[in-house]
Amino acid sequence: MRERCDPSAFVAEHLKTVPPSGIRRFFDLVSEMDDVISLGVGEPDFITPWHIRDACIHSIGQGETAYTSNYGFLELREDISKSYSQKYSVDYDPESESLITTGVSEALDIAIRAIINPGDEVIVVQPSYVSYVPSIIFAGGVPVPVSTKMSNDFRVTPGELENVITDRTKAVIINYPNNPTGAVMDKDSLESIADVIVEHDLMIISDEVYDCLTYDGVHTCFASLEGMRERTILLNGFSKSHAMTGFRIGYALAAPEIIDSMMLIHQYTMLCAPTTAQVGAIEALKNGDEEMQKMVREYDRRRHLIVGGLNKLGLECFEPKGAFYAFPLISSTGLTSVDFAEGLLSEQKVATVPGDVFGKAGVGFLRCSYAASRENIHTALDRIGDFVDGLKI
Amino acid sequence: MDKQVQHILEILEDNAKVTPKEIANLTGMTIDNVTKSIEQFEKSGIIRKYKTIIDWELAGEEFVHAIIELKVTLERKLGYQAIAECLYKFPQVRSVRLLSGGHDLSLTIRGRSMKEVAFFVAGKIATLDQVQGTTTHFVLKTYKEDGVILYETEHIKRLQISP
Repeated sequence: MRERCDPSAFVAEHLKTVPPSGIRRFFDLVSEMDDVISLGVGEPDFITPWHIRDACIHSIGQGETAYTSNYGFLELREDISKSYSQKYSVDYDPESESLITTGVSEALDIAIRAIINPGDEVIVVQPSYVSYVPSIIFAGGVPVPVSTKMSNDFRVTPGELENVITDRTKAVIINYPNNPTGAVMDKDSLESIADVIVEHDLMIISDEVYDCLTYDGVHTCFASLEGMRERTILLNGFSKSHAMTGFRIGYALAAPEIIDSMMLIHQYTMLCAPTTAQVGAIEALKNGDEEMQKMVREYDRRRHLIVGGLNKLGLECFEPKGAFYAFPLISSTGLTSVDFAEGLLSEQKVATVPGDVFGKAGVGFLRCSYAASRENIHTALDRIGDFVDGLKI
Repeated sequence: MDKQVQHILEILEDNAKVTPKEIANLTGMTIDNVTKSIEQFEKSGIIRKYKTIIDWELAGEEFVHAIIELKVTLERKLGYQAIAECLYKFPQVRSVRLLSGGHDLSLTIRGRSMKEVAFFVAGKIATLDQVQGTTTHFVLKTYKEDGVILYETEHIKRLQISP
């Protein structure tokens, strides 16, 4: 008889250091329960606007079902370039400086792989989206977290960066407006980061997928800062702005040399982003602004509702200026984030995500997504109130 | 448009029953300021009226709706306004619109039966001096009214937790 195989022995060593996403565990818990009100969702609760869906259906009807260029439809890249020129006065050549990817997730992955040599360090500004650290590890790099603080509106400071920069530091990943805090960084604070980037000759990977969801003030595109265009790999997509998460369309804008390297990986691993979804993205950019603004205004109202509500419950909540997350500090209740989130789920059936999932800087916090109906936000706030009251007894 | 003004109007256009307190929660304004703004909108006519969309069929009432297209001759000096006035004074006439294209005016009529509506059009509308001709379209089914879908609503299917 042949010897039995142990498949686990074949799993690559570097993957064993990557813990599974903490979000995944919560997802498993929730899926076993009924009547859960979820503030745990990192995607819009709007259905993709009909004109976008209609454009996709029509395109399938027309038989537009083949591969596109590896880079993506030129028309889409031209429209993206145009929107960046108009919105942020930063110009990208659509042919050599942009790449359409399968969601921002792919853009992030290949951006890191395009610039990281084994052992290179990448600074991750935290609390941060859950994919950054694993993507760096998958690429053979070393993630170096840097924690921002609520007292500083979750903005990263030059000093905090300086503290962790070494000879091996290659790049910094930032994400403003931020998931999970909703923090934004204004132009002046970004300028001070830009100085550090130049001084230490680093690249910035700027994930600006929430740029359109900025409520107070205007978003500053990192590449629009003086001298930063060549040092920035700008990532964005259509998931959040146009409620198109399932379409999986993102893009990267960067210098031709960077886009070429990303393209090298993309053409062999992904070939091209989904054709139908690219058609939807073109429609979204050409005709989607009004519906997008309508969604943004509704998020803005829910933002006031949930932040005001959480603060009234005594859960200190930083005022988010972008994205669709409130990030209350719950440590005053005496519970850890995980215990709070698990207790809230099992006792009151409200799903949230414990802040730890987003890095050490998230310890003591809770991520509450307000991409939920007003009615659900009200009910969730009532239930959170009951949960907090129950803790005092 | 002022951001707060736009918020208040959008909230009320979607649901006139939202209270000033809730609007304050949604906008970060004080209840007092919300109340004052609404009073001002009512006074200035920006807010014309609060009304309710009722599914009369479900309530067991039979109403017949018709869209009437009119071709009219303009009177010297008076123009369309004078004709519109003659039309909108009838309570059966629910809306009066001036149109571009093949016809001049479009009316929405509500009555108890097709016969009642037909006689109303023949007796009261077609007989007006300025009216050259009428075309009556009876409404068979209303799928969407004032932005509200009456028969089917879409529900988003999402995971309960996602990054």
